[in-house]
Amino acid sequence: MGFDTVIQVLDSTLRLSTPLLLACLAGLFSERSGIFDIGLEAKMLVAAFFSAAVAYTTGSVWIGLLAGIAASLVFAGIHGLASITFRGNQLISGVALNFLASGMTVLIAQSWFKQGGRTPSLIGGARFEPIDLPFAGSVAGVPIVGPIYSDLLSGHSVLVYVALLAVPATWWLLFRTRFGLRLRAVGENPAAVDTAGVSVVGLRYAAVGIAGVLCGIAGAYLATGLQAGFVKEMTAGRGYIALAALIFAKWRPWHALGACWLFGLLQALALRTDVVEAIFPFRMPVQLLDSMPYILTVVILAGFVGKAIPPRAGGQPYVKER
Amino acid sequence: MDVMPKWADVILVPVISLLLAMAISALVILLIGEDPVAALKMMVQGALGSSYGWGYTLYYATNFIFTGLAVAVAYHASMFNIGGEGQATLGGLGVAIVCLAVPWPHWALALPAAMIGGALFGAAWAAIPAWLQARRGSHIVITTIMFNFIGAALLNYVLVNVMRPEGSMDPATANFPPATHLPTLHELLAPIGINFSKSAPANVSFLIALVACVAVWLLLWRTRFGFEIRAFGRSESGAVYAGISPFKIIMGAMLISGALAGLMAINNVMGEAERLVMNSVEGAGFIGIAVALMGRSHPLGVLIAAILFGFLYQGGAELALWTSIPRDLIVVIQGLVILFTGALDNMVRMPIERVFLALRRRRTEG
Repeated sequence: MGFDTVIQVLDSTLRLSTPLLLACLAGLFSERSGIFDIGLEAKMLVAAFFSAAVAYTTGSVWIGLLAGIAASLVFAGIHGLASITFRGNQLISGVALNFLASGMTVLIAQSWFKQGGRTPSLIGGARFEPIDLPFAGSVAGVPIVGPIYSDLLSGHSVLVYVALLAVPATWWLLFRTRFGLRLRAVGENPAAVDTAGVSVVGLRYAAVGIAGVLCGIAGAYLATGLQAGFVKEMTAGRGYIALAALIFAKWRPWHALGACWLFGLLQALALRTDVVEAIFPFRMPVQLLDSMPYILTVVILAGFVGKAIPPRAGGQPYVKER
Repeated sequence: MDVMPKWADVILVPVISLLLAMAISALVILLIGEDPVAALKMMVQGALGSSYGWGYTLYYATNFIFTGLAVAVAYHASMFNIGGEGQATLGGLGVAIVCLAVPWPHWALALPAAMIGGALFGAAWAAIPAWLQARRGSHIVITTIMFNFIGAALLNYVLVNVMRPEGSMDPATANFPPATHLPTLHELLAPIGINFSKSAPANVSFLIALVACVAVWLLLWRTRFGFEIRAFGRSESGAVYAGISPFKIIMGAMLISGALAGLMAINNVMGEAERLVMNSVEGAGFIGIAVALMGRSHPLGVLIAAILFGFLYQGGAELALWTSIPRDLIVVIQGLVILFTGALDNMVRMPIERVFLALRRRRTEG
């Protein structure tokens, strides 16, 4: 297995980990504020559909991205309404939204485009094109560093870089600003935040809203960056893998990056059976590779390798009046 | 004192939630340019208008009764078992192994064995998340979600690499021997002079599902363990104070829950397909969530809700056949039902409570 193959695998790792990373950070905001979100999948799926549909009709991927974010925000709003305002069960709300998204996208796609629940293929300005980083062409000839820079780091769509920048941004927002402090506090002890005169409801809606935006970008990337158009169920469980990554990262931004890269690598390897055969001395079943994120998460959750402790007020609706 | 009378809690609130879900579904049908009234007529005709339609409705309902009961039992212990899908998948594996491993002389012998196989495998798949919850404090919702995916991958592996007959390209087991064929409702009803549709898949499992409803009711409301489950579900600290072991309740409730989900396989694997194929559960594990929520986790409610969802499934299939409305409409309805009866319960409940409060106040004043 040569150096080129390594670069190729890592290149697709970077690409495949992008939607995971965005969704994982979305879940991070939501769960840090005390709102469980198993509807990451739903938000990504509606965003994928609406971004592709609008990008196709308008011919502009940027308007598509906005439409995807808007659709995701609507779903985030429903989740907020159910779990913050009406103090319903957050898990049930997430399950409901997942079904709603899965059915609704196909229904509307069939009604609009009549192509069996998919959008037409996106071409030209309706897709995010790869962008070249500066000097990518000129350093390509340099050994080792050249391919790493021009093949691995350069040549992705802009949303890949947005996702990578979202990691330090999330860290800064959560751990270096007053808003972040309050947001984390509201996930641990909402009553204390309330006593300090800060709105629990407002903070939680803000967190759910940020999650909506991030999932919107993730979905748009799936349909207009990673692939060219929407197909039925195209998220394919990525929302759950992101959730797994979030637990794996123990609700911390930089660790989320690592977890998403790891799970992205597993996805990339599952696509390259030749590489898998070269790495492992035994015959590695591709099914084992597929389910590795889930198995690792269960192991982490079980506390055999460090303990994953979720935000303390997670999942509980806040009742002000007692 | 409760604000609402009991009938309002168990009938009025779910019915209004259901009507809201239906109203939005009708709106969705309107938006995609179809006629909701015509669609409803076609669904009723297709699902309930013939013994063929009923045969499919009851077949689907059988699946949903098992998975609905599974969610309900766990829910009484205040646990949310999203793993019905995986547990039913593994239950299918258990049933397939039983049916293929022994040369059964008659279905009446094969069925109890297959039930044990399905229930054991389903329970085993629930046992690991349950143990992790009880001993390590891992959240049952997350672990059961993960086990759905792991279960699907495991079945995929087993079907492709282990149980696939030689020379077959199809990732499925061999056909079960003819002796394990379960009598359909047609074969059961013919001797007493009722001519039920021959081609519908409803079979003797439906009767087993009805028995399961009674058994779960007896368990929850007529046994000591059922009482402990409900006490634990209401208040964990109260239950612990009363000397109830959380470990015992979590394990017990989840094992029963997983076994019920696994039992579903006697219907879809043994009764219908008569071999084990990939994705044989087809989302029935998740529909169990909607069914349990709508049925307020009571076996009678689960039965009614399961038949309603059976109707939706068969009616939706007819719609997809005769109109341009895709079958995914059912998934939308399912999502809306879960949303309104589960997550937005308070949205419906609060105004109704207010009405009852106002009524009571007027009565005491007047």
